[in-house]
This record gives sequence, structure tokens and C-alpha cells, in this order.
Amino acid sequence: MKLSEELPLIAKDPYGYAEKLKAEKKIVGTLCSYTPEEIIIAAGAHPFRLFGSGQKSRLADAHLQSYCCSLARGVLEDALSERLDFLEGIVFAHTCDTMQRLSDICRINRGGVFHLDLILPAKLNTESARRYFRDVLQTFREDLGAKLGVEIADNDLRKAISAMNRIRKAFTRIYELINENPSIINGEELYILNRAAMMMDKARLADLVEGTVVQLSSGSREAPDAGAPPPKRIFLEGGVCNYPDIYNIIEEAGGAVAGDDLCTGFRYFNGLVDEDNPDPLMAIADRYLKRIVCPAKHAGIADRGERLVEMVLEKRAQGVIFFFLKFCDPHAFDYPYLQQVLEKAGIPSLMVEVDDPLQAGGQLQTRIEAFIEMI
Amino acid sequence: MAEKDEGKERRKIKAAAKMKEIMTSYYIDAKTAGQTGKKVAWITSGGPVEPLIAMDIIPVYPENHGAMIGASKMGVDLCRKAEEMGYSSDLCSYARSDIGCAPVNGGPIGGLPKPDMLVCCNNICGTVLKWYEVQARYFNIPLFILDTPFTHVGFSAEAKKYVKRQILEYIEFLENATAKKFNYDRMREVGKLSLEGQRLWQAVLDTAVNRPSPLSAFDAFFHLALIVTLRGTRQTVDYYKILLEEMQERVAQQIGAVADEQYRLLWDNLPIWYRMKWLSEKFASAGACLVADTYTTAWCGSMKYIKEDDFIDTMAEGYSRIYLNIGVDQMAEQVIAMAEKYNVDGIVMHSNRSCKPYSFGQYDIQRIVGEKMGIPTLMIEADMVDERNFSESQVETRIEAFIEVLQGKK
Repeated sequence: MKLSEELPLIAKDPYGYAEKLKAEKKIVGTLCSYTPEEIIIAAGAHPFRLFGSGQKSRLADAHLQSYCCSLARGVLEDALSERLDFLEGIVFAHTCDTMQRLSDICRINRGGVFHLDLILPAKLNTESARRYFRDVLQTFREDLGAKLGVEIADNDLRKAISAMNRIRKAFTRIYELINENPSIINGEELYILNRAAMMMDKARLADLVEGTVVQLSSGSREAPDAGAPPPKRIFLEGGVCNYPDIYNIIEEAGGAVAGDDLCTGFRYFNGLVDEDNPDPLMAIADRYLKRIVCPAKHAGIADRGERLVEMVLEKRAQGVIFFFLKFCDPHAFDYPYLQQVLEKAGIPSLMVEVDDPLQAGGQLQTRIEAFIEMI
Repeated sequence: MAEKDEGKERRKIKAAAKMKEIMTSYYIDAKTAGQTGKKVAWITSGGPVEPLIAMDIIPVYPENHGAMIGASKMGVDLCRKAEEMGYSSDLCSYARSDIGCAPVNGGPIGGLPKPDMLVCCNNICGTVLKWYEVQARYFNIPLFILDTPFTHVGFSAEAKKYVKRQILEYIEFLENATAKKFNYDRMREVGKLSLEGQRLWQAVLDTAVNRPSPLSAFDAFFHLALIVTLRGTRQTVDYYKILLEEMQERVAQQIGAVADEQYRLLWDNLPIWYRMKWLSEKFASAGACLVADTYTTAWCGSMKYIKEDDFIDTMAEGYSRIYLNIGVDQMAEQVIAMAEKYNVDGIVMHSNRSCKPYSFGQYDIQRIVGEKMGIPTLMIEADMVDERNFSESQVETRIEAFIEVLQGKK
């Protein structure tokens, strides 16, 4: 398996890539997998996911206390230090308390780019929330169109939906192939693929990722050593993962990632928008309502636990690693419950919490090694 | 010495005893609900309690419980229990102490009365959503979520429609939970009493515009309990009438909350419950009175959106536009308006590790207020319940330095 050379370059230097892409398309920053990229694409613009570049925080500390997560701090640092000047605008989808305040702080302190709040419902399991979700998307479509000076027609939306579905189908296939044989692609490659997917031009991405499916299906990867034991299947659960090293650590310890429910992983690709629905906005909303939720959203009190066990069983994972960002409240609140649900189902788990930048790998590595050895 | 004690006695708020009585009898009622056949609902502090009162359901506030746990210095122990259960020590200490308390019936009142249902309104934070999910699983009871979309710069038409729709769903939820029809006539009365209570509470707080101020934020933190807990009852209206009269009497007699009021300050964020006495004495000894705060006004800040004769229909907007559910710039405007109204010399901000929506943005508010009004701000790093995040010597040094700044400005 050989990834196209473009992908690691984008994953490594996303802002350099964006500077170049800016000549072709207006770039709209996003912070969350709940941003309806289809609407941005339909407006002829390019949705670009922001993670922060992990630079030392100098300016952000004047706005955010020490108990704020590194994701919000990193994005604010980049916004204030003009590293995000390639952006035409930025869209904040409402999720957690921190993101909601980050939106305010960016709006107040960062001029020069348009700012849109997408105030989605927090509960996603009622009909009134569904209607509201659709209404919010309609307002967003109008506001974004006004900011970009275009009218977003239903037909544009349909084309964007189908383009995004093409990408989602290809990624779903990749995850199926990984499930069949986790060694088919190494974790770092999967990380790069996921990461680049959230930042690169969607048309080019669709071609590349479909090419990857063909390559993986043809089994071009050399067979593992006949004598070596098969890797232990690990499922990753958590929010934003900015750490390619985690995949290497897992692999070196004799594990392989068989699947994930990360906000920067499969949750981003999960589920298709119904292309036959005559109301494209309702169709976009419905995908979010059916998809497994981020813990900042509510879909019933047992939903996340039940669905996690389902996913883990489907992936035949032998263990789950919870991978959390420090100060991420929604994930931290769900952890004891999810851990118990897994325990009842006989699935061992390990929780690791990281801050940006990753602390010296030693302790993390030892814990992951011990866990993989134990399962 | 005798003279000093006399002054202290004179400054004591007499109504406090009555308030303790009301709260004790309320907790006894709630604790014995099982025997009297009444239903108990746990509800978030910013949640719409009026429909519960109209349905004769006893509202119980885990956040109020958190405050009691903090004030009785039992927070660290209960937070540790939650941490043993797997909850991160970075999570809200109200939530941690309540979650830690439920299985052991710990805390100052031996645990809260067991709920029959949960009502969670996310207008104050996203934390309550997670916290109530935890408790809904633990007690295995129905949970109603009133989802109030955040109003960064305004309240959209679609948000209004959504919240209004949910008010009807809330009523339906209560009808199902009690197997009783909702009494709209009773609700009209409760709505009126709620607004009257809010107006009276605001009037009590307003007496602090006087010099010396007859009450301090520390008093407000205490007398707040009724407007949070029993909003919409006659009892609350009657109590605040008594309290208001006493405050007016104190104004007439020039009795201040602080012996010799030199500086007037505004408090921002939740109280530091386990250091109330210490902080209040610290400030008072320097002649500084915390005359107002952004916290206790939050229970009457959105009155303007609610119509007395149409409570049910207008409460959607009132509950969505409360202090914590608005943008940082709007919060700064309100802080400035309060600073001007109460004529303060400085602001004390509690940067509260437990409350991200209240604390993130404080640095910006500090800057905006500084630029527009030229008044200084003291930032205290702490936590509302978890004492492990409080460094007495550091806070003391900061308070002293701040008082020096105020002295320099006089």
C-alpha cells in the first residue's frame, strides 16, 4: 500500500496547502464534524477543518484560562497570530461550552473574516429538534450565500451531497477492508488519509480515496510474516486525535486499529445523506440525526453505550482505547458509563488523556504496551 | 469590644432566620414526598420551575445541593468519591459532588430526596446535559431536556419556534409523569407569582445602589435560595417583601453590610462556597463591600421577555436569553451596566475551573470593562466547591494588592 504523495504533504502542512488552494476557491474554516460541508461546497467554497497547528501559545493565553482544552487554544492561537489569513470565513457549529465561548472570543477579537454560528440542537432524538435542525440549515444556507455573494440552489446542494457521499462510501469501504484485515494499511497511513480528507479539495480527495480502495482491494500489501502472531484488534474511542504517534505506539506494542469512533476518524465519514429525499436540507439533517452522536449531543441516555458495544463487536475488537483531550468535558462525563458498558460485555478498555503537545511518550507507551499485552 | 459587637449585631440581616425556616421545611417536605404521595423532580438551576409548581411537583436542585456541600466543606470528599467512580477531576464540582453523593447519601442533608423525574435545561451549560444523563441512568427515571439554543448575538425565529414547541412537550411530559392534566389556570397564577418574586428579588438587589449598601453579594448568595428554588410560590413573594422592607429600613438608618464602606465592588461568577466567610471578612476588613454580582441577578435578568398574562407562551424567550446563554460581548455590556448602576470602584472575577461557560471570556470582559470604564479587576483562580483548587495565601496576596490599587485611585 502506498499513499499518494499529496496526502502526507497536506497532513503535514495544511496551511501551506490552503494558501495554494485559496487561488482557486474561497476557504471556509470549520471546527466540527457537525458542520454541513455540503452547503459550503454547494456555495462554491471549500470547507477546511481547523485543528490548530500546535504552536506555542502566546496570544491565546490572554483570552483562555489554563483549564481550556488544547484544541480551542490552538485554533485561537492560530487565528490571532494571523496563520489563518487564508480563510474567507469561519463557521462555529455549536457543541460544547468551550466551543461556544471560543466562537464569542474569535468573533470579538478576530476581524477580517466572516463569522457564522450554526446553533444546532443539543438533543437529536425528537421531531421538534429535527425540524429545528432543518431550519438552522436553511438559515445557514442563506447567511453563507450572502457572505459569499452566491445563491445556493437545490441543485448545487444535490451535487455537493453526491460528492460527499462518494467520499463517505470510499472511506466506509476502506474501514470494511481494515476490519477484514487490520494490517492492510498501517495506522499512520490511516491517520494521514483521515486528516487530509478533512482539509483537501473534495473532488481531488474523492479520486484519491477511490484509488486507495482499488489498491487495498487488490491486496498489494505484502503478507505479514508467516510466523508472527496476528496483531490484537484495538478500537479507538474519543474526540479529536491530533497524534499520529498513537497509531505507531499501538502497532509497535503488537496491536492494530480495527476501527474507531473518533470525531476526526470514522464519525466524520459515517452514514450517507439520502440523495432521493426531495428536500436536500432535511436529508443532510437526517444524516446527523441517525449518525452516532458526539457526547456533546443527546440521543437518549443509553444510545452511546449501546452503539459503542455494537461497533466494537462488529469490528471484533479485543480492546478499546479511550483517547481523550484533557479538559474535554463531554467525553469525560461519558467515560465511566462507557467503561462499565464495555466491562459488562467483557471488553477490556484503557483510558488515556492527552494534552497538546503530547507529553514525553514514555508513560503513554508503557500503558498502551501493558494493555495490549494483557488483552 | 462591646461597641464593636453591637455594630455587628446591628448589621445582621434579621430575615435570615425566616429564610432558614422556609428552606428547612421545604427540604423536609421534599424528603418525605414518598410518604405524602407527592412527586419530586430534580431540575437545573436555570430551568423553568413554574410548570412543576403548577403541577404540585416538588422541585429539587442538585446545584443548590452542590452549593450546600461546598459551604459545609464536604466538597473535596464527595468529589473524590466521583473520581473513584471514574469521573475526571477536571469536571464541574457541582456535578462531581452530586454524582459522588447519590450512591452514599452523603453530604450535609444525607443526600437529596430521590427524584421521580429529571428536568434539564441547558441554558446555563452543556455540563448539565451530561450530568442529568448520568443521573437518569442511575435512578432509571424519565428525563426531559429543554434545549435552549445559545444566543450569541440574538434569538433567532427558528430557535423561538423550537423552544416554544418544547414548552408544550414539557407540559406533556409532566402530564405523563403525574397522570394528571396540566392546570392552565393554576399556571397563570404561578406565572404571576414568579414574576412578582423576580421583581421583588431585583428590588432587594437594587437597594445596594445606596451608600452604604445595606447588603453585600455574600448576603445575596444566601437569600438567593428562594428565587431559585421556589420561584412561583406565594411564600417566596412574601419572604422577599419582608426582606425588601428590612433593606429599606437599613437604608433609612444607614446600616451598611460592611462597617465602614470605602470601596464598592462587583463580583462575577459563582461564589466560592467554602470560603464565603473568609472572603467576606477579608474584603470587609479593608472597607470593601461587594455590592452586586452577575450571579444572583441571573434569576431576574430576562424578565423583560416574559409577559405576565402570557407566561407559557413567552417563557421560551425568557429562559433562552438568560445571562449565561448570551455572547461574551453582551455579558460585558451587562457587567458595565451593573458597574455603572451600583457605582463600583472595581470588579472581582472568580475564574472558576468548574464553570467553563461562565469563565471563558472573562479575560475579554475584563479588558472591555477596563477600556470603557477604567476600573481595575481582580482575578481569583479557584473553584466553587473543590477546595483543592484554592490557594489561600495566593488569593490573600492578590486581594491585598488589589485593595492597594483601589486606595491609589481614591
